[in-house]
Amino acid sequence: MNLLSVENLCVSFPTPQGRVNVVDGLSFDLGQERLGIVGESGSGKSMTGRAILRLIRPPGQVEGRVNFEGVDLFSLSERQMRTYRGARISMIMQDPRYSLNPVMTVGTQIEEALRVHERLPKRAMKARVREMLEAVRINDPDRVAQLYAHEVSGGMGQRVMIAMMLIPRPKLLIADEPTSALDVSVQGDVLRLIDDLVRDHGMGLILISHDLPLVARYCDRILVMNAGRVVESCDASELHNATHPYTKGLLAAVPQMHETREELPVMDRTLWAGT
Amino acid sequence: MGRYMSAISLNNVDVAYDGVRVVEGITFNVARGESFALVGESGSGKSTVLKAICGLAPEWTGEIFLLGEPGSHRPNLSLARRCQMVFQDPYGSLHPRKTVDAVLSEPLAIHGIGGQDERVEQALADVGLDRRFRFRYPHQMSGGQRQRVAIARALMLEPEVMLLDEPTSALDVSVQAEILNLLKRLRAERGLTYLLVTHNLPIVSFLCDRMAVMSKGRVVEIASSTALHDGSFTHPYSQALYAASGGA
Amino acid sequence: MLTREWLLDDSPASRGQAAAGRAYRVSLDLPRNPLAVAGIVIISILILTAIFAPLIALEGPHGQYLERRLLPPSGDHWMGTDQLGRDIFSRVVYGARITLMIVALVAVISAPVGLLIGAVSGYFGGWVDSVLMGVTDVFLSMPKLVLALAFAAALGPGIENAIIAIAITTWPAYARIARAETLTIRNSEFVAAARLLGASHTRIITRHVLPLCTSSMIIRVTLDMAGIILTAAGLGFLGLGAQPPSPEWGAMISGGRSYIFDQWWVATMPGFAIILVSLGFCFLGDGLRDVLDPKSEGKS
Repeated sequence: MNLLSVENLCVSFPTPQGRVNVVDGLSFDLGQERLGIVGESGSGKSMTGRAILRLIRPPGQVEGRVNFEGVDLFSLSERQMRTYRGARISMIMQDPRYSLNPVMTVGTQIEEALRVHERLPKRAMKARVREMLEAVRINDPDRVAQLYAHEVSGGMGQRVMIAMMLIPRPKLLIADEPTSALDVSVQGDVLRLIDDLVRDHGMGLILISHDLPLVARYCDRILVMNAGRVVESCDASELHNATHPYTKGLLAAVPQMHETREELPVMDRTLWAGT
Repeated sequence: MGRYMSAISLNNVDVAYDGVRVVEGITFNVARGESFALVGESGSGKSTVLKAICGLAPEWTGEIFLLGEPGSHRPNLSLARRCQMVFQDPYGSLHPRKTVDAVLSEPLAIHGIGGQDERVEQALADVGLDRRFRFRYPHQMSGGQRQRVAIARALMLEPEVMLLDEPTSALDVSVQAEILNLLKRLRAERGLTYLLVTHNLPIVSFLCDRMAVMSKGRVVEIASSTALHDGSFTHPYSQALYAASGGA
Repeated sequence: MLTREWLLDDSPASRGQAAAGRAYRVSLDLPRNPLAVAGIVIISILILTAIFAPLIALEGPHGQYLERRLLPPSGDHWMGTDQLGRDIFSRVVYGARITLMIVALVAVISAPVGLLIGAVSGYFGGWVDSVLMGVTDVFLSMPKLVLALAFAAALGPGIENAIIAIAITTWPAYARIARAETLTIRNSEFVAAARLLGASHTRIITRHVLPLCTSSMIIRVTLDMAGIILTAAGLGFLGLGAQPPSPEWGAMISGGRSYIFDQWWVATMPGFAIILVSLGFCFLGDGLRDVLDPKSEGKS
């Protein structure tokens, strides 16, 4: 059985010109694998992640079906949904500085994340936090647990976020641009870490990003989104054989390390406007 | 002397913010018409160097020469005609209540240059914007269009030196390609000198001739862009940065 | 020429069209907010009443008709009559003129002063900021009404002096807001870009900083109008503002004080007028905040 199956997902927002679908009939199935959703700003990729967790606030409207381990998430009450959020499905956001509570130490926040979903004696709790911080490759977990959000660097903060999200042992992790706020040297570390944890725990991963080459490196399958629709769906290894002009255009527009082109190819947006 | 020939010449420059030194001992020369990159990670001080050159970071010591004339500790009219800057965030670098027309006319008004109408129209055409954008407000344009306006503003005074502070990092890749092409074309057409700050090495490969790798407020290595093709960096930090950016 | 399409054109062809389009969008947004509409209606009634006071009022605001003093509200005298037999409704109507004048003059005097001081202080920082904000703090640390009382007492009673006194006490709040806004604006990239173009400090303050402060200032001034009206009424009530027989609402309440237990309408009717107009300005201010807030602009 699939871990997650999304059927005809639509997210719409009202505008002066009427309701506009920012996600328009999206369907996919996810097993214990790593799925990358790629698109430019406004493609609806972030809204997809939020819609799965039912985090779209009014006036936004969500339609379609999302099945997680055989349960229709959209039919759950808000209270039942809360037991899924965090515990079964976790989400990592873009910038750790905005996602961490500034007046709580890192250790307390991770404990909080665990306490909401599991009752454990204090000592066992501390041990789990320590273990988790070690799992995200923080060398001195005891010291870091005492720090506040503003005292940790971007990379460290994102690791803490990952620890917080993974400590209730969810089955599915949604990572929305988890590394765009980080330096290149740290980006690789964080993605490799997410990768290892996802494999070790047998989780599903949805990696949402604007960076096509990066997603290709860390995912099994890729969905390319444009204007709320999937324009290309393929295995990551088959990306160079992409057929849709939009995907091809995206791939070609990225400057290369061995750049010899005098001019970068620019997408002609009229080409696929009808699709 | 090199400093009189080069477009930008820095000799042992230190820069501080409120007394705290963030950049130390920067020395490099950029020839006229050359495109030079400062690369490094956040906090390496690369943007600070740009700000010192254009006078926005007043607390610098050492020698800065711009087109043969000594640098200034604050922006002034003569500096403005020699050197302009394009900022990272096209959403923050345009006044939210000014039309494109007002943004582009302002440099002309400040410097008392006439023929505003034709010049504004010409500037829009040069950066590939249709004339119907002329009276739009920033919120009526996309990120790429705003960045084109910012580039047009920088070019209004026809400076020889352009300082580019991560000009495409806030843009989508397809838009980034358009802006990079535009910058390359403008440089070829006008013989501009570029000093580009970026953390993205492939952009350097596309747009620049040479680069200085910065780390923790110092230049650790000055290399030709060809080093990006074969990885022939000598300093361990540059090698690590190259590897992390996907270089073999 | 002045059609809807022309105003909402995404690619205006001239400076005038761009500015008109922006104003039109604001005027389209405002009526969507029911509170703002209520505010606009009340303020419009106030303005119309002030303009057409002689037509609306049943009689002049002055005079004595001792044979009909202290009559309760009735068909003849909608709000009753006061201790000198004057029709309270007519006096309230004429009072609208005074209220409107006070509000307008205070806004015209104190908002620009506060705006300028705050912007200069925030933009330059350093000792300029310390000195200007020190002065501002001195004014802020004193209760508004007491300070206004002191000034009114020093300048002598009268409506003009009351206006000056109120203006002196209101500008510091605006200076504080303008300074706070300027602090965020002065580090923005568009100010850096303007400096690089060689723009002078005067130019940056007047062309770049002030236009961005004005919308929050308009909102704040509108919200403060209620307070200004109340302070003016307070001064009138204490005998330091408008002098009898002027139909200023505060002075009218003051006049009705002695009869408040037996002839409640004498003090209550002008009180209602004060509450209604204050409320109108508050509603309008809240509505303007939703429409003019630069952060919400362009999102819809």
